[in-house]
Amino acid sequence: MTVEAWTYLFVGLTFGLYLLIAWVSRVRDTHGFYVAGRGVPAAANGMATAADWMSAASFISMAGLISTLGYAGGMYLMGWTGGYVLLALLLAPYLRKAGRFTVPDFVGDRYDSSVARVVAVVCAIFISFTYVAGQMRGVGIVFSSFLGVDVNVGVVIGVAIVFIYATLGGMKGITWTQVAQYWVLITAFLIPAVAISIKLTGMPVPQVGMGGELVGQSVTLLDKLNEIHERLGFASYTEPFVGSWNKLNVFCVVLALMAGTAGLPHVIVRFYTVKSVRAARASAFWALLFISLLYLTAPATAAFARYYMIESLHGKTEAELPTWYERWAKTGLIIWLDDGDGRVEYFGAQNPELAQQNEIFRRGKLGAEEVADIRVAHQKWIDTEGVAGTDGRAALRERGLSGPDRDIIVLATPEMAELASWIIALVAAGGLAAALSTASGLLLVISSSVSHDIYYRIINPSASDGSRLVVGRTTIGIAVVVAGLFGIFPPGFVSQVVAFAFGLAAASFFPAIVMGIFSRRVGTIPAVMGMLSGVAFTAWYIIMSVYGSMEPWCFGIGPQGIGVIGMAINFIVTALLTPIFPRPSDAVDAMIQEFRRPEL
Amino acid sequence: MAILLAVWAVAGLGCGVLFADALNALRLGGFPLGFWFAQQGSIVIFVILILVYAVLLNRLDDRYRADLASSEPPLDEAGSEAERSGDDR
Repeated sequence: MTVEAWTYLFVGLTFGLYLLIAWVSRVRDTHGFYVAGRGVPAAANGMATAADWMSAASFISMAGLISTLGYAGGMYLMGWTGGYVLLALLLAPYLRKAGRFTVPDFVGDRYDSSVARVVAVVCAIFISFTYVAGQMRGVGIVFSSFLGVDVNVGVVIGVAIVFIYATLGGMKGITWTQVAQYWVLITAFLIPAVAISIKLTGMPVPQVGMGGELVGQSVTLLDKLNEIHERLGFASYTEPFVGSWNKLNVFCVVLALMAGTAGLPHVIVRFYTVKSVRAARASAFWALLFISLLYLTAPATAAFARYYMIESLHGKTEAELPTWYERWAKTGLIIWLDDGDGRVEYFGAQNPELAQQNEIFRRGKLGAEEVADIRVAHQKWIDTEGVAGTDGRAALRERGLSGPDRDIIVLATPEMAELASWIIALVAAGGLAAALSTASGLLLVISSSVSHDIYYRIINPSASDGSRLVVGRTTIGIAVVVAGLFGIFPPGFVSQVVAFAFGLAAASFFPAIVMGIFSRRVGTIPAVMGMLSGVAFTAWYIIMSVYGSMEPWCFGIGPQGIGVIGMAINFIVTALLTPIFPRPSDAVDAMIQEFRRPEL
Repeated sequence: MAILLAVWAVAGLGCGVLFADALNALRLGGFPLGFWFAQQGSIVIFVILILVYAVLLNRLDDRYRADLASSEPPLDEAGSEAERSGDDR
């Protein structure tokens, strides 16, 4: 069977499974729709949290980022797992004990204010939409590259599937689908990693194989990578703090990702679905254990992919180029512009002289026609030996498009290692599972924020359970469609967009919730002002430096790490204002005491 | 808990980032040590931390419950049920 046939088979089977689960676990009340009736066992919730958590960015982009960044890629690994420690120790048990439906619900009740509630809802919706846009784009990439369908058609198919199971089953349907999706995505990630590890180092455990020696050579993989990188002008693979990733920047990004992880509404809300506080703690452990299976494997995949990527491209002639190159060249995610000698030359930017001769590029945000124009002009430049036409390499280099697109690393590695076609197809199904599971979790946050916090708690407190359910289903339907539009008109590339969502979560929810739990003194106005100033600063800094070409003036911290400063501003503003404003009412004080007390 | 958070900070931020360049001089098998902490070690430590926390706190909960039971008559079934559904709303 061909890769394509296998892909249709796997994608069809897994989608069928998701729909079946949705039908079995459809719900009739808001309790089931928002928090799955609070009856999810700890291990299952851990698994669902893991799938919820591991998005298209974790599955598709992360290993690619590590592969390109080397040491600095570790900041995503540390940030996205370290956040769970904060979540498990500082937030999850208390929030479960407080027993609300959504994160804004907790913020609104703790600070006893509709304003705080609305601010939290706006933050939750904003974070969720930023994040969900990346997922839908991930779905599009998988569909277009594996099944050859148009990216937009792929997005529409993804939207339809999520629409059905999210509106039908709410949180309950989403939870059990996510459990299934976890198995699909982890299998799809581990099998190729193990197969490549055996092939490259003779060691079936990828984490060990990564530090092992290459088969038939007496040099370790990482030493070999460092040696190749040095020779071809790339920054060292294992040395920290090269190029723009200095110590302060790495530190800030790690911390922002950690605090952001702990403040992400779709992750927090998962802890509302378990039976008890004890189960909330246990499920935080299960969640990180299940997540670490993928996160410990990703750096190994990244190193293997890096090795294959260079070995199978550099110095090859057109006839020798591997088949994976052909497939991905069609998508424009990798572009080769020859200098006339008929051999691929792939060089890094660390050595300026070699960088001039690099021939491997990516399309980036250029349209297909622009790429074609560059190709034509480049061919003319070659044919006339520089008299007419333009050097396409220089044109792409100036646009910062040197090297292949990071998103293809995980998707193309099984092909690079020439693994069986069913394994390649499995990766496609895994990528889709990762993107869909996260998208559905986020959409539920949007829906419950609107229908519970805005409609029920503010607009119409006397609404019946049935009409709240209708509003919930309608908003989730609308949200899916909006998310689909984001996928068709993507605002940026997958993992970068996601990093922004983290900065915003770190600057808004994390400080508000931590202070709400651990301080009985913090009142309404300081908390609201803190959230507003943190979010405003972070959003402004990110937007200005990405779209307004602002220099990163704040100690040279890039937009990805700026959430840390936003978080600090939030804490400081709240702390300074607290003594001036009144303490919370007795009712709120009693509530704080209550959710701090151990559960009986 | 303060100790667990300290371990979190040292393992994740310390070994993984702040001292990574120094630790890279040492080797663990085929890995430079700082690089290993950043991409493998810190994650393993995080998982263990959460497990330790859950076990310790569960033990603390049990002790609290035992204290309550010995100092005053235990809550009857109906009372604790009402409290649970109360905080669920």
